[in-house]
Amino acid sequence: MPVEILMPALSPTMEKGNLAKWIKKEGDAVKSGDVIAEIETDKATMEVEAVDEGTLGKILVPEGTQDVAVNTPIAVILADGESAGAIADPAASAKAAESAPPVAAAPLEPSPVAASAPAAPAVVNSAVASPPQPAALPEPDVPEGTEMVTQTMREALRDAMAEEMRRDGDVFIMGEEVAEYQGAYKITQGLLQEFGARRVIDTPITEHGFAGVGVGAAMAGLKPIVEFMTFNFAMQAIDQIINSAAKTHYMSGGQIGCSIVFRGPNGAAARVAAQHSQDYTAWYSHIPGLKVVAPYTAADAKGLLKAAIRDPNPVIFLENEILYGHSSPVPKLDDFIVPLGKAKIARPGADVTLVAWSIGMSYALKAAEELSKKGIEAEVIDLRTIRPLDIDTVIASVKKTGRCVTVEEGWPQSGVGAEIVAQLVEKAFDYLDAPVLRVTGKDVPMPYAANLEKLALPNVQEVVDAARAVTYR
Amino acid sequence: MALAAKKPAAGTIAAGKPAAQKALARRSEKAGAKTIAEFSKAEELAAYREMLAIRRFEEKAGQMYGMGLIGGFCHLYIGQEAVVVGMQLALQPGDQVITGYRDHGHMLACGMDPKGVMAELTGRRGGYSKGKGGSMHMFSVEKGFFGGHGIVGAQVSLGTGLAFADAYRQNGNVCLTYFGDGAANQGQVYESFNMAELWKLPVVYIIENNKYAMGTAVSRASAQTDFSRRGASFNIPGEQVDGMDVRAVKAAGERAVEFARSGKGPYILEMLTYRYRGHSMSDPAKYRSKEEVQKMRTEHDPIEQVRNRLLEKGWATEDDLKAIDAEIRETMNAAADFASSDPEPDVSELYTDILR
Ligand SMILES: Cc1ncc(C[n+]2csc(CCOP(=O)(O)OP(=O)(O)O)c2C)c(N)n1
Ligand SMILES: [Mg+2]
Repeated sequence: MPVEILMPALSPTMEKGNLAKWIKKEGDAVKSGDVIAEIETDKATMEVEAVDEGTLGKILVPEGTQDVAVNTPIAVILADGESAGAIADPAASAKAAESAPPVAAAPLEPSPVAASAPAAPAVVNSAVASPPQPAALPEPDVPEGTEMVTQTMREALRDAMAEEMRRDGDVFIMGEEVAEYQGAYKITQGLLQEFGARRVIDTPITEHGFAGVGVGAAMAGLKPIVEFMTFNFAMQAIDQIINSAAKTHYMSGGQIGCSIVFRGPNGAAARVAAQHSQDYTAWYSHIPGLKVVAPYTAADAKGLLKAAIRDPNPVIFLENEILYGHSSPVPKLDDFIVPLGKAKIARPGADVTLVAWSIGMSYALKAAEELSKKGIEAEVIDLRTIRPLDIDTVIASVKKTGRCVTVEEGWPQSGVGAEIVAQLVEKAFDYLDAPVLRVTGKDVPMPYAANLEKLALPNVQEVVDAARAVTYR
Repeated sequence: MALAAKKPAAGTIAAGKPAAQKALARRSEKAGAKTIAEFSKAEELAAYREMLAIRRFEEKAGQMYGMGLIGGFCHLYIGQEAVVVGMQLALQPGDQVITGYRDHGHMLACGMDPKGVMAELTGRRGGYSKGKGGSMHMFSVEKGFFGGHGIVGAQVSLGTGLAFADAYRQNGNVCLTYFGDGAANQGQVYESFNMAELWKLPVVYIIENNKYAMGTAVSRASAQTDFSRRGASFNIPGEQVDGMDVRAVKAAGERAVEFARSGKGPYILEMLTYRYRGHSMSDPAKYRSKEEVQKMRTEHDPIEQVRNRLLEKGWATEDDLKAIDAEIRETMNAAADFASSDPEPDVSELYTDILR
């Protein structure tokens, strides 16, 4: 029976790719393990290996084809003794189609996950895969008339580091796979080539050790950027971050500073389960002696990272893997800095205040659109820096709206939302017309199953519901 | 520390120095230098079947990942099959196994059901963790498999703790603790080594040196690239083993397990092996040459080696081996079908299993 080879998904977030090259030609024998084609994803060129054995009967998608959707049949493999004629046999191809999983036929777009239909990884985060048009967002830190260029957050972060490294010879970056591999998530692309191995340093897998080395170097006056492949692995190093980086200035009576940035992706990625998906915002925001930053737009990512590198204190810079590939306008300026500690109003409104940051912003902005259709105008505040917390901006908004909902992917207990609620109760109680509600990740470790993962994360509807509850509409 | 064990089990030899030192000398016997204990026909056939099952399972998993049925990270074990299959032959019932995230082969070798493993990969209710753990986090207490851990190096201390429990209970069991060449640079590995030797814990540390940690070649991350010597300053004996030859693995495994079981303390086996695929499904593996991979595949493949011996010795015909392959493919296809049709967990499972 001829077997169809489908366009494979080669990363947790891939939806389509380019068929760069056929390594095997029609008529070639293939056995499992043979490389048959090369496929380009947004991050890399990957090889496709055959699983089934036989002869490459027919190539359905010629090389050079762009944007081939995942699960499109790209070739047919014939078993021993089958002729290419079998491909045309309708019965045979119907059978092949039958054996393909239901997902093959289904478009990869947001759909409720039915128990029987396997969910493609892309589905899980599709709610945030198409962020609201950031072009519409006001950029308070950009002078009027500035030319904007569209960049991914990945590029913006890279540019921020490159600019600061050009400016200051004491800035260097270290971490796992940051140099030769160009970054596990390709954030340090090109840095080794420009700055060399003295300043772009691959470390062994020794988070506790290299975080400590970074802190020590910072105590000696250098300005390290320490990349954690993800913040999940910074747990190995959290003692050096808190006990050494955050406290030494205080313990030394102000003698010893620690100008260091710890950065990397934080929060849930797609389908990587409990040990690889959690939000550490609240953890670090608890610690005096640290600053904590978490950008949502590419422009903020660039301006805030540059500010973080220049800051004389330890800064925890929390990125988000799902946002890395998202594009938004970045001002074309020689030295674009966004000050730490300042929230911004991403969308003005008078009826309810939504407070979010990082990927939480995508839920908040989408909810604001939904609410607007119902005649409720939400003011969306992007905190950008979590510590020091710009509570004044939140209070000013709440004075206007009288209602507030916080949005975060982290857990509810002792979360950032809990802190905002507490401060509003202490400082703005008289302006509140309703209890402040929190939309958070569910109080469970992140499950792997697609349906459960979706439930564990906050979603747009929960934000809409909370906003309607506090506006009594 | 009196973790004394009855039988000749862990802990009774407080002054284990001479034994340890003698064994330390073994590390000079380099891989391939010693004569390999030949396998019987039955052993060759069993090893062939086990290794092929892992390979076919992994190929299927790779294909299912490509179809979007498996999400997140998926780390395939293709190329390294001889390590777990050979080591498992040295174990007794009640012994424990623990490893990192490249764990599908270990689970199958422990006797876990491919259906349950594959259904965990697809996140379905019939998976070993009810779909809540995924590829990197699976367990079967019944089969002595303690995970399945996503944090590089964490399993080394955990495995040492499992061995601590064996010594504490004096049950004569041993824990196989697997980790990679990259993981071998984590600090907690050495903290564990020290305790294991100090308390003579029955643990065998198996360092699967597949030459790369993600995109980093061993020599770019390790000051001491002979991992069998990583226990030297703790007086833990170690050996380098040809991890592509299942016979060599079994022989070394038996020596190490016997050493640990008899109360002499931990033992290190560095398995020289190779992964054919990228680190995970999304790694293009541009840090090594195609020739390098091809050379390993054609000259050292663990399954081909057994296959050639079986054919040469006339212990099996091409047709016999084809029949075995067909049978295994059928098992893996059935596992894949189950894993694609089994329902996702009930939504109520979101809040279960958080506390007891
Ligand atoms: C503490 C920690 N740091 C980093 C990672 C990311 N990571 C996952 S696997 C890996 C490479 C490990 O290589 P090795 O130990 O050689 O095992 P192999 O993958 O070769 O089996 C890295 C860096 C992690 N999971 N945990
Ligand atoms: Mg390795």
